[in-house]
Amino acid sequence: MVTSIHQLDDGAWVSVNDSREVNVSDLWQLACSDVCDCEPTDFLAEGFVEVSVARGRVKARIAGQCIGCGADGITDWLELGRADPETGAFRSVVPSSVHCPGSHRRLAADE
Amino acid sequence: MPTKVEGWKDETYGNEVRERIYEFAEEGWESIPDDEHDAWFERFKWWGLYHQRKGQESYFMMRIGTPNGVLEPGQLEVVADVADEFARGPVDNPEFGGAVCDWTTRQSIQLHWIKLEDIPEIWDRLESVGLSTQQACGDSWRNIVGCPVAGKDKEEFIDAWPVAEQLNETFKGNDEYANLPRKWKVSVTGCSEGCGQGDINDLAFEPAVKLIDGEETKGFNIRVGGGLSRKEPRLARSIDVFVTPEETADIAAACSALFREHGDREDRFNARIKFLVDEWGTEKFRRVLDEEFVDGELRTAGEDLRDEYTYNAGHSHDEDGHADHVGVHEQPDGNYYVGLSVLVGRMAADEVRELAHLADEYGSGEVRLTQRQNIIVTDVDSDRLDAFLDEDLLEYHSPEPGVFMRGSIACTGTEYCSLSIVETKNRMVRYGRWMQDNIDVPEGMTDFHTHLSGCTASCAQPQIADISLRGMKTRKDGEPVEAFDIGLGGGLGENPQFASWVEMRVAADEVPGYIRNLIEFFADAREDGESFREFIARHETETLTGLVEPEETSYTDPFMHNTKMTWYPYAEADDMDASPAPTNDQGDPLPSDD
Repeated sequence: MVTSIHQLDDGAWVSVNDSREVNVSDLWQLACSDVCDCEPTDFLAEGFVEVSVARGRVKARIAGQCIGCGADGITDWLELGRADPETGAFRSVVPSSVHCPGSHRRLAADE
Repeated sequence: MPTKVEGWKDETYGNEVRERIYEFAEEGWESIPDDEHDAWFERFKWWGLYHQRKGQESYFMMRIGTPNGVLEPGQLEVVADVADEFARGPVDNPEFGGAVCDWTTRQSIQLHWIKLEDIPEIWDRLESVGLSTQQACGDSWRNIVGCPVAGKDKEEFIDAWPVAEQLNETFKGNDEYANLPRKWKVSVTGCSEGCGQGDINDLAFEPAVKLIDGEETKGFNIRVGGGLSRKEPRLARSIDVFVTPEETADIAAACSALFREHGDREDRFNARIKFLVDEWGTEKFRRVLDEEFVDGELRTAGEDLRDEYTYNAGHSHDEDGHADHVGVHEQPDGNYYVGLSVLVGRMAADEVRELAHLADEYGSGEVRLTQRQNIIVTDVDSDRLDAFLDEDLLEYHSPEPGVFMRGSIACTGTEYCSLSIVETKNRMVRYGRWMQDNIDVPEGMTDFHTHLSGCTASCAQPQIADISLRGMKTRKDGEPVEAFDIGLGGGLGENPQFASWVEMRVAADEVPGYIRNLIEFFADAREDGESFREFIARHETETLTGLVEPEETSYTDPFMHNTKMTWYPYAEADDMDASPAPTNDQGDPLPSDD
């Protein structure tokens, strides 16, 4: 099935197949981010700016800021999770694991 | 390329959505096709229905638009009854109980936990007394705001209530302006004090006078492109146009048609008219308005009254006219209006019903909502004023509240809202009480505005407060906790000023200590007679940062954890997995698809 994604309510959340799956207010641990030099960037998601999906992988660019140093910015494409191509069920990554925006690499295991 | 939301709006939007809501209500929550949820919930907003946040699926916030905040006799009791019967969720709020009404900063009413199946019955009851949820949310003309005592103010320049009424009648349900690129917020101010808050609206009618055919004519100057949302606050800008009261609907139609045609439908983050005004400048805006949307020639602006504006100007309310509208004020007809302080704008349904009865008994039955989340009982007989003031309800919702209770505003927060980062209303209640009990009020300070907003959407209007609190996160002992960015020195008045953000990511339990330390510093360091806002304005932002320290105090905060991760922050079992939602019309959990 085709995965349907929407970013709604002023970018407050991302809908995957018409189910609200990822919210603002989570803290994302980001390695190699452009937002700041902190390692890792302790990134508060304040708004989803863009969303995309390819082969079930749901990605977003997120506006927010590092709560360690205060730098704000928009991340490169960050994987939010995967939608099962058969059932459409969404499996989210764990924001508090370490992620690398713009890369397919994940530096810590998903749930 | 237009956004997905624009695509959904193109298919179905506005008045026609109502019939589909009736059908869904008749057939139940599960009749909304799974793959159409997002589209329908976006469309429902036009009818004042906002799907509550994750964990609360199948429950809706319902917003009732009350133009200029005016509730006519008989309407408040219906609101209380509807809240009591239909706005009850699975778990009570520990501070306010099980059914509440929220008075908003745009003079509207919000109810929560509304079930889809109950909406037709609720609409029947509301509409039977002339209330409506139409266009209370969504991309169109929102509730029109203004001075809440229009027509009741002894000193007012022009009575703006008939103007607001006419605009409401013209544009509510009007298909020509039903589908705009984004929300459209309009303010009409007729008093000389500036309390319509035109500066923070998309379209503002501000009192002015102009010589027309040799006669001094009262009317309005036009400003456009104000707003606070995201981190892009703008003050509305003059487009050098004056209109008479009779011309307001025509110019409003022209301005909203310009927005309809030229607003950005490809990027919702750039869609508000403030960004178009940024891009074009006011001269081009006026020229396009004149050439493409107006018959005849626009007049240049008249002489405004902005140098008289005292509303939210940082003054003591003893010095000014109706100030924040709280307290007892004489009307031109010799009756009185009594403004009651409603902490964070929330009242329990039984209190609302009691207030409706009191308004009937002592006044005309009319009440009005303010942009400071308070409520005004109008037309109180002069010979019954004292008896009204002795009523028990006014002990808590007081016309003479303490300084910190009086000035506190909070948005909806993570209790229900998808956007918010932190818990807001219950926390602001605790802040207000703690400040009242623990901070010595400096001499002459009668007003101190603390506006707490859960995120950058700025529904609590944080940028125009003495203390601005904007939801944030930080780490404390390594653990993530709810926090606030703190801004100082915002306000309106003759010289409107947005707050300067001076302390970032302050843990929520250290905010009251920060405010206490700041007020103590102010009391010691102020110059003679200097107001708090003047004191802040005298200092550079760099100086204000670090001026005093946040600190833990006797204040305790039960909402430090990530309340957004709960299905409802006050539930005993608050994990998302413990949510009963979605539920059927009786509130019983529906079977899961999994």
